[in-house]
Amino acid sequence: MAFIDYYQTLGVAKNASDKEIKNAYRKQARKYHPDLNPNDTEANKKFQQLNEANEVLSDPEKRKKYDQYGENWQHGEEYEKYTRQQQQNRRQQSYTGGQASSFEGFGDDSFSDFFQSMFGQGGSSRGRQTKYRGQDLNAELQLSLKEASETRKQAITVNGKNLRITIPAGVENGQTIKITGHGNPGVNGGPHGDLFITFLIADDPRFKRDGSDLFATIKLDLYTAVLGGEVTVDTLNGKVKIKVKPETQSGTKVKLKGKGMPVYKKENESGDLYVTYEVQVPINLTEKQKKLFEELAKAEQ
Amino acid sequence: MTELNLIAASDFCRYHEVEYTFISSLEEAGLVELKVVNHTTYIPETELQKLEKIIRMHHELEINIEGIDVISHLLRRMELMQEEIRQLRNKLR
Repeated sequence: MAFIDYYQTLGVAKNASDKEIKNAYRKQARKYHPDLNPNDTEANKKFQQLNEANEVLSDPEKRKKYDQYGENWQHGEEYEKYTRQQQQNRRQQSYTGGQASSFEGFGDDSFSDFFQSMFGQGGSSRGRQTKYRGQDLNAELQLSLKEASETRKQAITVNGKNLRITIPAGVENGQTIKITGHGNPGVNGGPHGDLFITFLIADDPRFKRDGSDLFATIKLDLYTAVLGGEVTVDTLNGKVKIKVKPETQSGTKVKLKGKGMPVYKKENESGDLYVTYEVQVPINLTEKQKKLFEELAKAEQ
Repeated sequence: MTELNLIAASDFCRYHEVEYTFISSLEEAGLVELKVVNHTTYIPETELQKLEKIIRMHHELEINIEGIDVISHLLRRMELMQEEIRQLRNKLR
């Protein structure tokens, strides 16, 4: 546990007046306030640090104690009490197994270990009480492209409670859905907050995605490109065979209608799959093949 | 909207220690919507999050109603731009 320089956090001198501290806090809070920096965990963390520094430096008693111990705070009486308490807690804790939840709320008002060792659990959290409605929770859920292409029911754990959610087919990478009323409970009968789930969709090496359309590149051997034939193409729902016209050029695009991703929240509507042919020039030719190509070249002249 | 989704403005003001006039001036500025049912003013639950955010900005950051209006507008624009960035990033993948 490291010493925290609260003066440095607020950017004020050690002999700063109450007014200077208040002004410095206000100025920085305007920059990092969570309401002005939605979904920015870094700004949120910085705001917590500012709150903690302000909690100590704007309270004459706390500031006096902080100044008194300074960097030698570990020799303080409170620290020893805190250490004893921590050791006791560790002994009492039992291992709880099970699935770890990735769900966590932004805007957690908890103070650092350093603060708690010097001033005990929590603080007055001044300025963070403006909540009647419960806190919103934010979470991330990873899906493969294939999983994102199907409407699926999934069980998740939020704050120790199991919740079944339906993920509509066609969600995009980085898209957030709101599940109303599944955030933290409100205060004094206030409504629950909401749960926001952001989807992280892993890249699929076979496809590039643009909204509901998919794009794939298929290697085509020279002979099929020249003479025509059939080629097997991967789609999200398995392989399909498509006909290749004779004299197909490299870079030719073919549209497979309805073989893209489902359109989000539009039933029975899907994007298309665009296949681009990449004609492969044969290598390691045999003598016979070389001769045949030479003949072709002569015929062309 | 049923009454279940409404919160009495007086309860809300008591809890947050704000004057009713503050909420009504927010309504006048078009920042929140209030509902009057049988001569009692209610806050629709859907407006609660926005209203609490406004109160935090006002109390914690000392921003006046005009400033909150500007900030709300800019935050909405920022949200739209972030959405556009997300879509463009997905295109580049």
